[in-house]
Amino acid sequence: MTDIKNDRLILGDVEFTSRLFTGTGKFASKKFIAPMLEASGSQMITIALRRVDPTADKENILNYIPDSITLLPNTSGARTAREAVRIARIARQAGCGKFIKIEVITDMQYLLPDNHETLKATGILAKEGFVVLPYIMPDITVTKQLYDAGAAAVMPLGSPIGTSRGLEMKPVIKMIIETSKIPVVVDAGIGRPSQAAETMEMGADAVLVNTAIATSQNPALTGRAFALAVEAGRIAYLSNMTGKKLYAHASSPLTGFLRE
Amino acid sequence: MSFMELVDRFETFDFNEYFQSVTRADIQRSLNRDHLEPYDLLNLLSEPAQGFLEEMAQKARKLTLQYFGRTIGLYAPMYISDYCSNHCTYCGFNTTMDFTRTKLSLEQIECEAKVIADTGIRHILVLTGEAPAKTPISYFENTIGILKNYFSSIALEVFPMDEEKYRILKKAGADSLTVYQEVYDKKIYSQVHPKGRKADYQYRLLTPERGAKAGFRGINIGTLFGLGEPRTEAFVSGLHAKYLEREFPDVEVSLSLPRMTKAQGGIKPKHILTDTRFVQFMLAWRLYMPRLGISISTRESADFRDKLIHLGATRYSAGSQTDVGGYALKANDATVQFEVTDTRSVEEVSDMIRQSGYQPVFKDWEIF
Repeated sequence: MTDIKNDRLILGDVEFTSRLFTGTGKFASKKFIAPMLEASGSQMITIALRRVDPTADKENILNYIPDSITLLPNTSGARTAREAVRIARIARQAGCGKFIKIEVITDMQYLLPDNHETLKATGILAKEGFVVLPYIMPDITVTKQLYDAGAAAVMPLGSPIGTSRGLEMKPVIKMIIETSKIPVVVDAGIGRPSQAAETMEMGADAVLVNTAIATSQNPALTGRAFALAVEAGRIAYLSNMTGKKLYAHASSPLTGFLRE
Repeated sequence: MSFMELVDRFETFDFNEYFQSVTRADIQRSLNRDHLEPYDLLNLLSEPAQGFLEEMAQKARKLTLQYFGRTIGLYAPMYISDYCSNHCTYCGFNTTMDFTRTKLSLEQIECEAKVIADTGIRHILVLTGEAPAKTPISYFENTIGILKNYFSSIALEVFPMDEEKYRILKKAGADSLTVYQEVYDKKIYSQVHPKGRKADYQYRLLTPERGAKAGFRGINIGTLFGLGEPRTEAFVSGLHAKYLEREFPDVEVSLSLPRMTKAQGGIKPKHILTDTRFVQFMLAWRLYMPRLGISISTRESADFRDKLIHLGATRYSAGSQTDVGGYALKANDATVQFEVTDTRSVEEVSDMIRQSGYQPVFKDWEIF
């Protein structure tokens, strides 16, 4: 029987009991971040290095995140592998730890990631000892290549950032989950707890939710709702529930006469 | 295809006739669409669309929250020279205006930078008039070299340059470019820019494209409302922004709505842009381009700016001085390019943003 109590996600050498990753962008106030983390139990939060200002006490976002939380700095704003690598190095120097979410976007209209540049940056940063989580357009081949390049996990998008459209890329994400040798963290587009539950039920290892939580009227409460949904989806996955079948399951089987 | 070809295509289009033909049903249809086409933008800019302002506002607010969250970026302008060889009939820096011109030394620029940075501002917009002989490329390179020590993003609102020069400034550390066409109507453009470098309509029109090709990551454009017919100007501005978004997908495109509210430089604005239309245009642009940045300057009053936070605005200037050396040098006799109406400090504007349920974002870029 599956041991739900000891269910852990391990990235780098860090163990996570919560499979809900959150973000720091889009909040009405940075003061909402800590209560949201507490209510949701999220243990990993992503933060855009472009918004980190170590010289500003009051406005330094790092001061609003409890020490117990693992930081996942991201390279938002990078348009090339080269820029992503430079941002990652600055993040490490700024004391943001060894995790890095590679985000290379050259399309400002839909904010879709550039897999090619992301793959290049992953190879470089993994060799430098970073725990690399690349944000990608769902693609099985790229997932394999990222694994070879040393990625610690892969972060395919559910639908474009901020759209709350849920798992529009479901069929491909499903294939990635089935074939990936590294954890799959579905990032972007998850707008409702039910969508998070669906993602986890499919077998994703974690989800990252930012916009839906940060822009809600009550980020702490919304964070809690997502946490419960993620947990429910995870347990459902572990319980090995009967999945959907592609064909009807006749109650009087056609082959029932074969009694040999 | 350059944007000039698109402008030429609309040369024979009868805007007035189209605007008059727009029905309430047309507007409702445009409002219901997820992806808007240019004719939808026209519908939303039309007179009858003012009857749908609340509906437009609700949708615009939702889209803005979705893409930008509850945040407002902050920046401040820094005027470093008011030498200008242009003849813009509507501008206080116009070459024929008789006042003592100033150009800041690098030491003075550093003094200004310190004062602005002390307020918490990390995004700076550098402005000059158009006088390449007085403010050559090396002056800008040196200025950027100093500002890099104080700011995390440096934007330029200086005279149009060739792509090569922009590359030099990009390499020096500038990341964004602001350039206003002033007026898209060619005939009016010639009337208000009778001579000088700025008389070349096409060179100015293609400036944002040259900037994008040179690698600037942010391009801010706009028309100066007051010169041309407002709805047409708002439409072509929107079209220009969309063109840039499509041609240069890696560039963050934004629009501003500077407007003349009273006689400037001796000429009375032909078309006053009312508050209602101002809001209507902002909303129409937001629905047309959900990812568009919208900057609101201190030309607008405090009361009005407070309301615009909920209507699609994404960036505010704060604590602005619009005269050369206005922050640290306090030269009382300096000429301002435009009067600041919202005179609140950076802290006061930030407090207002917080009270409105939004987060003021001081730093949103990293020079590297």
